[in-house]
Amino acid sequence: MRIPHRPLAIGLVTLAFSALILARAQAGDRHFFSPVADPLVKEECGGCHLAFPPSMLPARSWQRMMGELDNHFGDNASLDPATAEKIRSYLIANAGDAAGQRYSSKLLKGVVAGAAPQRITQLPKWVSEHRKVPEWEWRHKDVRSKANCVACHTAAEQGYYEE
Amino acid sequence: MKNRLVVTSGIAVMILSTATFAGPREDLLAQYAAAANARGFSAVRGQALHTQSFSGGKPDTPSCTTCHGKDTRGPGRAPSGKTIEPLAVSVTPTRYTDPAKVEKWFKRNCTEVLGRECTPQEKGDWLTFVITQ
Ligand code: HEC
Ligand code: HEC
Ligand code: HEC
Repeated sequence: MRIPHRPLAIGLVTLAFSALILARAQAGDRHFFSPVADPLVKEECGGCHLAFPPSMLPARSWQRMMGELDNHFGDNASLDPATAEKIRSYLIANAGDAAGQRYSSKLLKGVVAGAAPQRITQLPKWVSEHRKVPEWEWRHKDVRSKANCVACHTAAEQGYYEE
Repeated sequence: MKNRLVVTSGIAVMILSTATFAGPREDLLAQYAAAANARGFSAVRGQALHTQSFSGGKPDTPSCTTCHGKDTRGPGRAPSGKTIEPLAVSVTPTRYTDPAKVEKWFKRNCTEVLGRECTPQEKGDWLTFVITQ
């Protein structure tokens, strides 16, 4: 009588466990932004800071940024024209307003139509998600800049932006 | 005939030995040496360049060590907070093996720190310094 219980119990535990993992994965999806997959973009746009996921900005933003690399937030990030062109196409093809980018459209909520914001950290939605982060935390020596996502989102390189 | 053979095999040995020992780092050094009129490179001068504070570049990045840190075997940190892998070849063996990458960053970082591009002499000295670290 007792014997059949065990496989059943194990089965139930397994089922509960996979449901839990599934639930977590789905919750995680809300904060998932595909990381840069192209090695060239990773190399050229990931040296000075995290290679930001292209889905975090609309195509117009990338278009403008790639045309002004010689004055990139005060830095000269110029590339040779062929490399710049390859990177531009990748960013635009994977931009937040390109087809199939379900989750990033949330981050782009509130962006004025036609605007080409240059900072993810100035998107209205980004600002509201981070409004509870205290001032001292931004100035912490391990953070330094709002653009240092990895300091707080330790799995940002993998595309996860959870607390 | 015999002389020809000796000369040819001598050349073959030279080609073979360069093929065996010269990597991209040595090629780069040879290139800088040619451009700098081969005064020879010095790790001591390279270290001085690395740690010196300049005033010609951007005020917030006076020195190579501002981003790369004082210890070449330890990590550095870009102004945006991102960690930079150590410069010392003994710690990061993949360093300076892509000449285009080396040239690109010399150009960017020297402009940032010195307000001008580094000379072949300076690049050779600096590279000699970090290779021996
Ligand atoms: C030479 C260094 C350097 C390189 C190379 C570089 N960037 Fe930047 N980038 C910066 C700096 C500096 C900032 C400002 C960071 C800050 O405010 O802390 C910045 C900021 C950004 C931001 C805005 C971050 C925010 O605040 O939301 C984006 C987006 C960006 N870069 C994209 C790129 C792309 C795309 C590339 C590749 C084509 C690239 N960067 C290459 C230095 C660089
Ligand atoms: C100083 C720490 C810190 C830094 C730096 C930081 N974040 Fe955050 N971020 C947070 C915190 C804390 C939250 C959660 C806010 C809340 O729930 O009240 C958050 C939330 C988010 C969310 C919303 C996730 C969700 O729960 O839906 C996104 C997306 C995000 N951050 C992206 C970024 C990006 C991109 C960067 C870099 C450009 C960045 N963050 C930099 C602390 C930080
Ligand atoms: C503003 C920050 C900053 C300063 C200042 C700086 N660097 Fe760099 N350096 C970087 C970053 C970011 C990289 C690319 C990331 C990496 O290679 O890990 C880099 C890479 C390099 C590389 C390429 C390394 C390789 O693996 O090929 C060389 C060479 C270099 N730096 C030399 C210098 C020299 C010489 C100075 C001083 C004159 C200097 N840097 C100052 C940020 C800086």
